[in-house]
Amino acid sequence: MAVEKFPVEGSHIMMFARSIADDNQIYYDADYAKTTEAGGVIAPPTFAQSSAQFDPTYFLRPKIGEDWFGSGKEASSIKKKESSGGGGGGGGLHAEQHFEYHRHIGPGDVLTAEVKPGKTWEKEGKRSGKLVFSETITEYRDQNGELAITARGVGVRTERPVDQ
Amino acid sequence: MALSASNLKAGDTYTECLVEDLSRTQIVMYAGASGDYNPVHSDEKFTKEVAGYPSVFAHGMLTMGMTGRMLTNYVGDGRLTKYGVRFTSQVWPGDSLNSTATVVDVTDGIVNLNVETTNQDGAVVLSGYAAARVD
Repeated sequence: MAVEKFPVEGSHIMMFARSIADDNQIYYDADYAKTTEAGGVIAPPTFAQSSAQFDPTYFLRPKIGEDWFGSGKEASSIKKKESSGGGGGGGGLHAEQHFEYHRHIGPGDVLTAEVKPGKTWEKEGKRSGKLVFSETITEYRDQNGELAITARGVGVRTERPVDQ
Repeated sequence: MALSASNLKAGDTYTECLVEDLSRTQIVMYAGASGDYNPVHSDEKFTKEVAGYPSVFAHGMLTMGMTGRMLTNYVGDGRLTKYGVRFTSQVWPGDSLNSTATVVDVTDGIVNLNVETTNQDGAVVLSGYAAARVD
């Protein structure tokens, strides 16, 4: 997921804070935020993940005019061989996520996200068969080219859905 | 409100209830805000018939986001320097989650924390760490 322009905006921060049920007014009220140590609205710690909104090719967002693998009349609009093949159906599962904050971002920042592939490894899982892990490192830089956040994500594809 | 190093010691804990009876709508809100529209989080038909799970389930990042709220309520806004987790079990609609930060140590103005979020059955759904600047 490479993103050339991720403008951090107050209304997006507000919606994101609602979505994680966080009523901390530093995410909603710029006047209040000015009185805090942060000195203004900042983004919640996991907000950088929503850079997906600004990735033109992000595969977990339906694209206008393209088939989507979720249900309509049928359980999936894309034929079996592409959408099956293990738990998660389409995107695998998220195994790990790590953030390192070099500074905290807020409205007015315009970030880029550069993605670098990391390690891949395999493991035999008791509840889901063979597991294939893959790591990506994402560097979020601000409008001055300064590193703001380093993120490391690990995804896993399972051989079959995880037993419950 | 930031923490003061002199008031912290290894083993101190801080706990919050993250959510009671997680709603599908909350999961949909997270999909909309984050941009992750994977149908396994909102599309029951796809999730049961194609992905092979009993129902839709929460984004790991929703649990990480709510756990982050516990952390910022504890350490203060803009104080985190690191935050990382492993997702150890799926979170389902109807789940109730509690999250605890435990002080590991305090050195050079940084508190290191273990972080754990559990569901109503006591199963760990997220485990990780955080580091934050303290006064």
